[in-house]
Amino acid sequence: MGFQNTETKNSGNIHFGMRIERKATVPEVHYKITLCDGTSCIRKQSKQIHQILDQELRKRNLKEVVSVHLSGCLGMCAKGPILIINPGYVMYGNITEADIPEIVESHLVHDTPVARLMVEENHLYNRFFRIFGDVDFFGKQMRITLRNCGIIDPENIDDYLSVRGYEALAKVLTDMKPEQVVSEVKKSGLRGRGGAGFPTGMKWEFTAKQPAGEKYVICNADEGDPGAFMDRSAIEGDPHTVLEGMIIGGYAVGSSRGVVYIRAEYPLAIKRLEKAIAAAREHGFLGQNILGSNFSFDIEIRLGAGAFVCGEETALIHSIEGSRGMPRPRPPFPAVSGLFGRPTLINNVETWANIPVIILDGGEWFSGIGTQGSKGTKVFALAGKVRNTGLVEVPMGTTLREIVFDIGGGIPNGRKFKAVQTGGPSGGCLPEPYLDTPIDYESLAKAGSIMGSGGMIVIDEDSCMVNIARFFIEFTQSESCGKCAPCREGTRRMLEILTRITEGKGCPEDIDKLERLGAMIKKSSLCGLGQSAPNPILSTIKNFREEYEEHVNQKKCRAGVCAAMLSYTINDNCVGCGACKRACPVNAIDGTRKEKHHIDPNKCIKCGQCYSVCKFSAVAKA
Amino acid sequence: MDKKITIYINSKEYKVSPNQTIMQAADHLGFHIPRLCYHPKLSIEGACRVCIVEVEGMRNFVASCAYPVSDGMKIHTNTQELRRARRDIVELLVDNHPMDCHTCERDGNCELQRLASSMGIRARHFVGQRKQYGRDLSGQAVIRDPDKCILCGRCVRMCSEIQQVHNLTQAHRGFDTVVMPAYNMPMAESVCTACGQCINVCPTAAFLEKNYTQELFEKLNDPNLIKVAQFAPSVRAAIGEAFGLEAGHNMEGQLVAALRKLGFNYVFDTQFSADLTIMEEATEFLERIQNKGKLPMITSCSSAWMKCMEQFYPDLIENISTCKSPMSMQSALAKTFFAQKIGVDPKKIFSVAAMCCTAKKYEAARPELDVEGMRATDIVVTTREIAWMIKSAGIDFLNIEPETQDHPIGMSSGAGVIFGTTGGVMEASIRTAYELYTGQTLVDIEVESIRGLKGIKEGKVVMDGQEIRVAVAHGLGNACKLLDVVRKDPGRYHFVEIMGCPGGCVGGGGQPYAGVNSIPLDEDALMKRAEALYSIDRAKTIRRSYDNPDIQKLYKEYLQRPGSPIAHKLLHTHYKQKFPQGIIPKEALK
Repeated sequence: MGFQNTETKNSGNIHFGMRIERKATVPEVHYKITLCDGTSCIRKQSKQIHQILDQELRKRNLKEVVSVHLSGCLGMCAKGPILIINPGYVMYGNITEADIPEIVESHLVHDTPVARLMVEENHLYNRFFRIFGDVDFFGKQMRITLRNCGIIDPENIDDYLSVRGYEALAKVLTDMKPEQVVSEVKKSGLRGRGGAGFPTGMKWEFTAKQPAGEKYVICNADEGDPGAFMDRSAIEGDPHTVLEGMIIGGYAVGSSRGVVYIRAEYPLAIKRLEKAIAAAREHGFLGQNILGSNFSFDIEIRLGAGAFVCGEETALIHSIEGSRGMPRPRPPFPAVSGLFGRPTLINNVETWANIPVIILDGGEWFSGIGTQGSKGTKVFALAGKVRNTGLVEVPMGTTLREIVFDIGGGIPNGRKFKAVQTGGPSGGCLPEPYLDTPIDYESLAKAGSIMGSGGMIVIDEDSCMVNIARFFIEFTQSESCGKCAPCREGTRRMLEILTRITEGKGCPEDIDKLERLGAMIKKSSLCGLGQSAPNPILSTIKNFREEYEEHVNQKKCRAGVCAAMLSYTINDNCVGCGACKRACPVNAIDGTRKEKHHIDPNKCIKCGQCYSVCKFSAVAKA
Repeated sequence: MDKKITIYINSKEYKVSPNQTIMQAADHLGFHIPRLCYHPKLSIEGACRVCIVEVEGMRNFVASCAYPVSDGMKIHTNTQELRRARRDIVELLVDNHPMDCHTCERDGNCELQRLASSMGIRARHFVGQRKQYGRDLSGQAVIRDPDKCILCGRCVRMCSEIQQVHNLTQAHRGFDTVVMPAYNMPMAESVCTACGQCINVCPTAAFLEKNYTQELFEKLNDPNLIKVAQFAPSVRAAIGEAFGLEAGHNMEGQLVAALRKLGFNYVFDTQFSADLTIMEEATEFLERIQNKGKLPMITSCSSAWMKCMEQFYPDLIENISTCKSPMSMQSALAKTFFAQKIGVDPKKIFSVAAMCCTAKKYEAARPELDVEGMRATDIVVTTREIAWMIKSAGIDFLNIEPETQDHPIGMSSGAGVIFGTTGGVMEASIRTAYELYTGQTLVDIEVESIRGLKGIKEGKVVMDGQEIRVAVAHGLGNACKLLDVVRKDPGRYHFVEIMGCPGGCVGGGGQPYAGVNSIPLDEDALMKRAEALYSIDRAKTIRRSYDNPDIQKLYKEYLQRPGSPIAHKLLHTHYKQKFPQGIIPKEALK
């Protein structure tokens, strides 16, 4: 029984082994190439690279001895497209179509890796990521949710099966009663990864305790934070894990119907999910009498139209029901009255992805990772002014500093760190003194931010904090569903006040008004969107009050971002080349050739063209 | 009895029943927590956040309309922070609202105004962009003014939950959210039934009836016209509320006197034609019974119900009684029989109806109801409009000497009176049909089983050994439920009464606004209005339509007999399927 695989560490004790035996066998090859097939790499021409690679291999008659595999997102998006060659775990990054012939010729023919294309080396101490080579980016990561992302081919169920896929399901169906599953999840200490951090086991218990009858299981894949792609990558890279988690959840609470609510803007994730569902059905992991047991369960996909608020569970449920996506007051919670008024277990993608591991390796093992109150790992989409943007998964308790500077590689271009914003558009901005905050639900909340679903944006000294706050509230106010008055009216007024301040028209009372509105909206709004919308504003006022005061009192933006407060001048570096004069769209620059030029402040529209074209640092903005 | 639990409100201990919300518990204990989107008849929206309270141990404020009490709960309803949050919330609503209170039709009767005043809003801190959409004046009866809308969602819930018309919904997001018919269609082209219940529940002036008071004053001042008035049964039972009286005062005599003082030459009564409707409808019903016609027969007096039927239940058109509504019968007679009687050119007769209803404005404009090429009812005003006119004309309504209606089409039996409440038409019909069918007089004429505010009521009478099963529904939502039964099981009932508004006409879309500390469409008030009508009925010696001497005279002098050709010409009509925007003909779907 069972199967053999040379690449992976596990070959588990497979129940119902006959049914899930692997169908294809891997031919003997000399080299195995894994090409990242995540959305970010695809955008950077990985599909074309795949083609060229294929041509090159064909040309050199290497097709027989080199196998090419596609994988889901590795998370190291800043270095994409990524290509890994095994044996040797050599990782190439930022490759172009032109590099392929060289890689093939040098590495595959002459066995000499192309040093200049390799992702920089460093010591690695993480047992999970032996496979990724000595790359610092992965050094401090610990991958549970994303354990298979970048390793297996997400479109091939056999690949998933080779890494103990559906083994947890088999274990649950043969060895565990539903109550035991719930208690294992409770033991793990797993908390909802969608943002609020509600203990997952308790949620399962509530749903399981509801009287038998139609119950639903929902996977919330309506990832709406701008710049966040944790859920998308998890589904694109390893869709079966999410499905397996949901099936186990269905078994635990006594449900036979699951729904994945995913935004329509994720076509690749949807495609892979559809493929995975079909394959799971074919293999008997979904449908009637799963793996010969009495348990039946099936999953369907519902597409969301891209409303941020539909990530809120009651709004999401309304949307599935065909109503306008608006939250409703809780209680009753979905566990009691959810989809179509039935008990509903709703969890986020990342939460579901943790379930198979918890079942296989035990809740106790899982609860050993992380901090006192927050167990396991958390995936973050690292973005903004940081070298290694991308997807990272770290154990709870890792500090912000470790993520930004060790994993993220610090701030590029020699700029100084200013703040890190966690938790998506509704998170707070934390400055330098908070960098040693360990990442867990309580510590982040105490610091004035939130865990959220895992957005993390690094801000450097070139950013204006007032403008950043304005940017986030502009997003949340336009995504407010419009139902409750504090959020609908209040966020718009906050945006108006912030706009006023960034335009140099603010007055000192405006800061008080922002604080007053912010506190009220936070405590009075109907759902999490409104309750967290003021966070970016309140945290920036708290941590960067002097910037607000400068804007209001001195009409000054120290980062030089708020155009209305900027003035451009030409200093003595000017050689009189005339580039700025030619670039100026409103003829505000005057000066004879080879002499210092001058900007007429009355004509200047502060577009910054002169600043960008000047090669002599002669245009100063202040 | 549930075991009582202990809660603390503002640090005082109280024993309350479990399984209720904080707001319900507080109401019983004498704490009136401010509220806006809440309505006891509608689902919990939790949208306005005005009813927030502080619960110890909770991170945020909770909406007391939605949150259940639990044992040991410590609630604060009036802390400084709460007061300030509530005030700011209401201020935010006010800041996005046209500040035109003294030119607004709901000035003095606006919940937002009252709320703002009770919050102590004396300055505006958050002035900024304000919504500007403009009014939708397309409808015959209901005007939509989204600029005044504060998005409490009561109209949406009323339209979908109680009336099941589903015409109104929120569209767009955030600050741009606006309540509108699907695809922002003009009200006139939408599935709006003109029932006016959105007006009843709206806290501001976002929905209003189309106002005809100025036009009517103009006509009343025209010496060349003979101004003829009629007023619906339930107007007399409710108009007192517009003058500060409790619900349930019968103001019939005062209303007749006030209408004369306003300048009407003749004041008749819709109750007269209600009696006439009974004669025609009972005859039609017996004919259907005897000749195996289409059953169940369904009443046709409610104009909103007629629009609803034509668009949603066209398959039941043959079941609908062909009788016009009492208002249209009355107007038809005013311009024919009455004009002839007083020897004037019918074109000089100006026929006005004061109705508890907004849909009657829509009905009056139906071309098929024209008589001899003339519009039968020239102007329809609601109870609210006529009350305003009386006030505006300086008539001391409450202290006026009561007067009686004019002959020959103004006197009514008790049966005509109870038309104004749910079950009334059925009860009145039974009184007459029984006698017409059996030749005997029905002794026990009060049919208790079809009275009251239960959504769908059933009853039966035995006439000469034949059991006649009847059903009554009020509110279009209940009507839909009942008609779905009728569709499945057409043999279940013989006769069905449908009224478009909750409670029947007493809860009509044109009735006075709820006053301070009262709730629109409060069941208590509806019951009191109904009781006013029932007591008028009880006090009458003539309680059956066919006993009304003026009705007998009318048939003798003019109409010959119920169902005669001339009666058909003046008093009956036909309905046909309607296709407002969004209702797609079945053939087109194929």
